[in-house]
Amino acid sequence: MAGTDASIYRQFEEAVRRGRLVAMATALTGPTIGAKMLLWPGGGSEGSLGEPTLDAAARERVAQVFASLRPERLTVETAGGPVELFLDVQPPPPRLWIVGAVHIAAALVTYARTLGFYTIVIDPRTAFAAPERFPHADELITCWPDAVFAEVGLDESACVVVLTHDEKIDNPALAMALRSPARYIGALGSRRTHAKRAATLKALGLEDAQIARIHAPIGLDIGARRPEEIALAIMAEIVAVMNGKVE
Amino acid sequence: MRELLPTLERWRHEQKRIALATVVRIYGSAPLPLGSKMAIASTGEMAGSVSGGCVESAVVQEALEVLRSGRPRLLTYGIADEVAQSVGLACGGVIEVFVEPLPEF
Repeated sequence: MAGTDASIYRQFEEAVRRGRLVAMATALTGPTIGAKMLLWPGGGSEGSLGEPTLDAAARERVAQVFASLRPERLTVETAGGPVELFLDVQPPPPRLWIVGAVHIAAALVTYARTLGFYTIVIDPRTAFAAPERFPHADELITCWPDAVFAEVGLDESACVVVLTHDEKIDNPALAMALRSPARYIGALGSRRTHAKRAATLKALGLEDAQIARIHAPIGLDIGARRPEEIALAIMAEIVAVMNGKVE
Repeated sequence: MRELLPTLERWRHEQKRIALATVVRIYGSAPLPLGSKMAIASTGEMAGSVSGGCVESAVVQEALEVLRSGRPRLLTYGIADEVAQSVGLACGGVIEVFVEPLPEF
């Protein structure tokens, strides 16, 4: 491959690593077999398939690919005959926001990554949010979670798990998550803890219907006791919610 | 793709050359969706999957040839293929797999 292809391919890998939406067109046949073009959702592109007709066809079709998030195969007529193109798209993975860099969080990151989630661990306490404790997390952020949520915004695919057991950290994070369209919101703690938490959230101005979105006690009931088992129960509940088996 | 990245990084660190195989067409039923990927190192190691195990060993052989020649290949696997007798897809579908050498960086 040419040097430009190396740069394009490296950008493609980097986008996939960071969970950014990107498409890659490849010539599968013809004189420029293997040529690549990188396409961004905003309309930008880099590289060339080696023939203006091919580049134009890829640019024209990519909007559909970004909309469906499914790769497509197309045949393009060129002056030199038909050429096969593949328009690959790597949909961004669902994001799992874990508040609390605790023991359960470490196991949760492992399970979540295996299941294809992009994992972000947030904890303002530097003793907990130590990089050597979370070498496997996609991101580890030493900040107050409500500030992070306010900055990035949680979308419909976001899953939020709150694990610190510290009201100062958990409750503002939950309040922010409950005001977002997040797909899953779960909080660690017994029924008694949760009743107290619900009262606090109500005092913060949240409605009963919003508070009812919290999965608590967190996780499917599999009799989990050890931190790793609790993480498994949480992950199973998230999968059940994503698959529409649980509200 | 994402799940392959740590392996690709390791192979690059170990100075291995890498080929990438992608499912670029499916006729009928196939075990894995369009765009599924498998990476092959010049040492013959593999990661990921293009068919859930049916044609992987054949793809590895092709990938090693692609790494030797530096030329990508478009391959067809399935019941209509002669190769299918030995490496066909159990589910009865046909898949096309594009195998290309990854640039070194």
